[in-house]
Amino acid sequence: MSLYFRSKSFFRQVTFCALALIFTLISVGSASAQDGKALFQANCASCHNPIKDATGPALKGVDKRVPSKDWLHNWVHGSAKVIASGDKYANDLYNKWNKTAMTAFPNLTTQEIDAIVTYVNSVPDKKPETTPTGGGGGGEEKDNTWLYTIITLGLALLIFILTRVNKTLNKVANDKQGLPTKNETPLFRSKVTIAIVSIILMCLAGYWIVNGAVNTGRQQNYMPKQPIFYSHKVHAGVNQINCLYCHAGAEKSRQAMIPSTNVCMNCHKQISEYTGEEKLVTYEGKEVNGTEEIHKLYKAAGWDAEKKQYIRDAAGNIKATPIEWIKIHNLPDHVYFNHSQHVAVGKVQCQSCHGAIQEMDEVHQASDLSMGWCINCHRQTAVQFKENDYYSIFQKYHDEIKSGKREKVTEAELGGTECQKCHY
Amino acid sequence: MSQKQYWKGLEELEQTPEHQQIIENEFQNDLPVLGLSDKLLDATTPRRDFLKFLGFSTLAATVAASCEMPVRKAIPYAIRPDAELLTPSVPNYYASTFVDNGESVSVIVKTRDGRPIMIEPNTLSTVTKGGINARVIAATLSLYDKARLRQPYVSGKSVDTFEKVDTPIAQALSSGGAHYLVTGSIVSPTTKDVINRFLAKYPGAKHIQYDPVSYSGMLLANEMSYGKRALPGYHFDKVQTVFSIGADFLGSWLSAVEYSAAFTTTRKVLGKDAKNAVMSKHYQVEGMMSLTGANADERATCKPSEYGKVAAALYRAITGGAAVSTGSANVDKLVKAAAADLKKGNGLVVCGSNDVNVQVIVNAINSAIGANGTTIDWSATTNAKQGIDGDMVSFVNALDAGQVGTVLFHGVNPAYDYFDSEKFKKALPKAKASVSFNDRMDETTQLCTYAVPDHHWLESWGDAEPRVGYYSFIQPTIAPLFKTRAFQDSLLKWSGASEAYHDIYNQFWVSKLGGQANFDKALQDGVAEPATPAIGGASFSGNVEDAIAKASAKKGGKYEVIVYESLGLGYGGAWSNNPWLQEMPDPVTKATWDNFVCMSPKTAKEQFDAELTGINQVVREKRIVKVKVGNKEVALPIVVVPGMHNDVIAVAVGYGRDIKVGRASVNGKNTYPLVTFNGQTFDYANEAAIEKTSDLYPIAITQTHHSYEDRPILREYTLASFKENPRELIEERKKELEHYTHLHWEGHHPEDPNGDLDEKAFEKNGTMYPVHEKPGIKWGMSIDLNTCTGCAACVVACQAENNISVVGKHEVLKSQEMSWLRIDRYFSGNPADPDSIQAVFQPVMCQHCDNAPCENVCPVSATNHSSEGLNQMAYNRCIGTKYCANNCPYKVRRFNWFDFNGADSFADNLYEDGQRDDINDDLTRMVLNPDVTVRSRGVMEKCSFCVQRLQDAKLVAKKEGHPMKDGAAKTACQVACASNCITFGNVNDKESEIYKVRYEDNKERVFYMLEQLHVLPNVNYLSKIRNTNAIVAGGETDEMYKQHI
Repeated sequence: MSLYFRSKSFFRQVTFCALALIFTLISVGSASAQDGKALFQANCASCHNPIKDATGPALKGVDKRVPSKDWLHNWVHGSAKVIASGDKYANDLYNKWNKTAMTAFPNLTTQEIDAIVTYVNSVPDKKPETTPTGGGGGGEEKDNTWLYTIITLGLALLIFILTRVNKTLNKVANDKQGLPTKNETPLFRSKVTIAIVSIILMCLAGYWIVNGAVNTGRQQNYMPKQPIFYSHKVHAGVNQINCLYCHAGAEKSRQAMIPSTNVCMNCHKQISEYTGEEKLVTYEGKEVNGTEEIHKLYKAAGWDAEKKQYIRDAAGNIKATPIEWIKIHNLPDHVYFNHSQHVAVGKVQCQSCHGAIQEMDEVHQASDLSMGWCINCHRQTAVQFKENDYYSIFQKYHDEIKSGKREKVTEAELGGTECQKCHY
Repeated sequence: MSQKQYWKGLEELEQTPEHQQIIENEFQNDLPVLGLSDKLLDATTPRRDFLKFLGFSTLAATVAASCEMPVRKAIPYAIRPDAELLTPSVPNYYASTFVDNGESVSVIVKTRDGRPIMIEPNTLSTVTKGGINARVIAATLSLYDKARLRQPYVSGKSVDTFEKVDTPIAQALSSGGAHYLVTGSIVSPTTKDVINRFLAKYPGAKHIQYDPVSYSGMLLANEMSYGKRALPGYHFDKVQTVFSIGADFLGSWLSAVEYSAAFTTTRKVLGKDAKNAVMSKHYQVEGMMSLTGANADERATCKPSEYGKVAAALYRAITGGAAVSTGSANVDKLVKAAAADLKKGNGLVVCGSNDVNVQVIVNAINSAIGANGTTIDWSATTNAKQGIDGDMVSFVNALDAGQVGTVLFHGVNPAYDYFDSEKFKKALPKAKASVSFNDRMDETTQLCTYAVPDHHWLESWGDAEPRVGYYSFIQPTIAPLFKTRAFQDSLLKWSGASEAYHDIYNQFWVSKLGGQANFDKALQDGVAEPATPAIGGASFSGNVEDAIAKASAKKGGKYEVIVYESLGLGYGGAWSNNPWLQEMPDPVTKATWDNFVCMSPKTAKEQFDAELTGINQVVREKRIVKVKVGNKEVALPIVVVPGMHNDVIAVAVGYGRDIKVGRASVNGKNTYPLVTFNGQTFDYANEAAIEKTSDLYPIAITQTHHSYEDRPILREYTLASFKENPRELIEERKKELEHYTHLHWEGHHPEDPNGDLDEKAFEKNGTMYPVHEKPGIKWGMSIDLNTCTGCAACVVACQAENNISVVGKHEVLKSQEMSWLRIDRYFSGNPADPDSIQAVFQPVMCQHCDNAPCENVCPVSATNHSSEGLNQMAYNRCIGTKYCANNCPYKVRRFNWFDFNGADSFADNLYEDGQRDDINDDLTRMVLNPDVTVRSRGVMEKCSFCVQRLQDAKLVAKKEGHPMKDGAAKTACQVACASNCITFGNVNDKESEIYKVRYEDNKERVFYMLEQLHVLPNVNYLSKIRNTNAIVAGGETDEMYKQHI
């Protein structure tokens, strides 16, 4: 498979816009619906969509469909019990959905369930606008570089012509008056010019070589073609599935983990075709048939879409083969990076490093993943100093915060820029 | 005691010019480039050539830089295992049990992404008490051994299914004849059950347990003395006085892991209550210098043929008979003192002899001092060794007589380790069929018709009963790597059973432990033990006078040879091909990769012309001598070992294997032929004739690599002098360092004479550098020299944890070994008098100096200091100038001269000696720890305090939102230490164990190595306390020193 780079320089701006939007939403949004949204995304979004059927039914208006509020609470706490009790509505629903049992959520309180219902009811019927344009930036800026370049070049040409004209006129005037014209050394033969130009060239070349050498192995904007056209935009953006549903390791382990096919199949047993309103288009502009891509997944997962069951071998094992994704984010072997350290402890958003992933049909590497980039973040980012009791041992900094001498403690101040924090 | 002179080797003691020259050179060999080509170095490079090279290299760099990056793939599971079972990159820990021919140790196996990568002790076991040894830790490397059999074999040819071996073997078994199943000592109750089913199916079949290094003498003596053919449980944690006659109970004797962990608990001394300090007393009488002897409080030597006399003398001294002389004044003195101590109670006498009569006398002594029931437990007896030598001998005779039908070997290798292996090899083809379950094409398996390889214990289910009533469980930690089958399943199949071993195992334990839930818990804990252990006694009823008469009549020779198990390879087996163990320096001799003749310096110099300053010490080529016992002869090089009896030599077993055992195993010679059979038991010590040859052979000895050039670095006190003045060390340190605790213009305020050294002031004022504060954590380590036995488990643990390369004998000879942690062994005393030799072991790793000399000299700041007090090493920044290693006063930095781990990345890139090449393999690389960078050549490396574990412990605490708990971060060496002599933690935490050791409980014993240099190490040592009155060698004031040195 060939690999190629595609320019995405404006993505950084988009990232910030998206982040700004997210923060604004979090801080301003209505409390109950907002809690409901978070709960919905964390618990329900992997199988339900508010406005259309997915693995489970569309949830909007669910409180009006079901027999009673209590029924709904019981159902969420454990549907199997409700079905077993012989409840007619429950059994009808169960049979209608192909006897797919809903995961029980005994931990959700009734208030939380109500908050989720409030949220799903608040979702407008039309697909919500997910592309965050505007945000804090106030519209995209037009790139005027070319215009300036053309104007500059035009002006430079004008100056050159005028100088030549001036010189020629001078010469003509001198000839007329019989004055001798000084035979000037042409600019390109002047030793001073040659020296200056060669020094400038050497500096530029040096800069270019050093920069090139430093950047060797970095792959910012790397966007390889994946074996399946999997759109993060459709999953994380439009359908708002929590990142951690698939990348379950991000909070627990060094690896965020790419989901195995059985995780995909949790939803895709039901969703066998792409019915999204937006067309899926590759970077080159080729249209992609989403349904076909889902069937590629079925092939890998060993799922018989006709019979709606797994294909099994003689021993009863599912005949699944792993999907060979192309790895985009590559760190050198001598770098120790731990996702859980950043996600669970540092509470860093996925987008901080991975860019506006919920906007990407095809994922590219948003950051250059250079050491300078890491260090910069470690220098600027405040740790959860007061929130996490681990940091209580840093008495000195606590005293300084108390006395108002400092507001925050950065990762670097706790030794986060020392070699053996990442290299061992 | 600081005037006592310590030396690592005789060359250091004698300070020969050759030795001086070597330690002054940075490299013991010339740099390879210097020998390459003088022309190259002398050539003048014209300007044009220079420009050409410059242009070419710029172009090459540009081309290289513009190459496309390789496409890497991220392949997830197809179906992910349950999240409870496996999260990628999060380690899982399983309780299991190391088993190896009777030896069993409860362990915890760390697996990463389904691969076992580290073995640690199971602290729940009250048998091993958190003990472990080097071999147990190195078992992961044996699992990934390239020489393991990957499928069954018939007549040396591999077959692809088990049916192809099952059918003919079943036929052979059912065709009749006397079948023999020859195994090592079986400690598994369920395996015994399976064997009984097999024996029941084939009446007349016999099960023979055979131990290459046997304890038959003890088993038979116990039968004569107590009516029980069993080995008792020894409670070394309860002893006050232990007298060992040639028993290496801290190293290789019987269940040494158990004894070592237990015995060191009696050796802890707290400075806090020094006045009432109690410490066990350890007497040792032996022929060779064993690890246990090196740790003894009082030691004297005798020939092994005199062990009976020593035991008899001790018996007489205790029972009040007429004093018997052993022929050695030192031994007599020792016996007299020991008898008095043993009578005080809680005594224990152990003996390493395999002679029944000697063991009967020892039993009589133990009975006389009341050891049975106090330090010797007859209720929970030891299962570790059950072999009776006579059974094996009669089996080989039956084999030779052609009376054997089918013979099956499990875990034993008589073609290598039987004393008369030639006879065995000739006799084996006379059996109708022969089957081997061994894991490799070893010497016996090569001669067998069928090879049906058993799983490795890390791949199998199982159990062990190290002591009666104490169970330990094995659970698989990885699916079998190869087409192997459990030994028990093979037996069941051939006995026509329909059940699989796992079913029998499960049923057995569910019913025994009373339910599945109990069994599950036992599996998780790894052990099931009696709730209320009681020590049972026994009454002696043997004929001691008869034994004394027989034992005293034993004739000795001019020279006697002891055949011993080395700490690394043990009896041999699969360990011979374990490069970690091969390269682990032997604790006493510091030799690697070979076996040799251990000989006393005096004998070597006088009789075998092995000049101290020439052949035996500085020069690596050692003189070869022929050792003859009866008509058997083995030629091995001499290595001089102080502390050897002048007429005794010793040779280790486990070396000189067949190439098919593995490429690392071929060095040295097989010394099992020097064992004899006395009609009742195997004799591991025999009269020998030694013949000088003119041949030489190089031995890679690390003893004076990384030399301090005689700077004083040890502190040792006798228990009596420590009790008298516990503050001696503090005062010594104050005398030396107090001057630097203040600035001279500030004037000196004489401090409280009873106060401690003001370390903070010394840190601040002893240097011109600023003091860097450590606001959160400051890591510190403390090592107790008193309990360190030098067993080297930490060395192998460090190697396993930190992906340290094995370099091979060739490189060790150039002193380029890579171990981050070494154990320095110091001798003191008069080398000509073996009874005067004392030894101290000192583990040395990077001291993580807060004012580190290495950091200042690095031109690229690849090594620098962290705010937690770690001396950091950034491999990818290192350009390999080696200035740091030169400037390190402790010599703990190691340079990668080669790319040891990726050596196979292109063909024909293997090293000269070929011995470590088998570990440059994708299979062997599965043992690497994924959390530690694999270093390539050209960079410096050293101990990191297991920073990956520290970071992990901090991360766990952060995720749980509390300050890190003391003990959450443990280094690999600390976990591996059976005697708990390493304390590690956050010194800033006043509740931590390390803080208490350093500043409260044991501050009287704390010292730092080369503290006067003001390098401010973060590793401290606790002084060695020896429970003896005799100071055998002092400095110039000492008479013995004056006389002999």
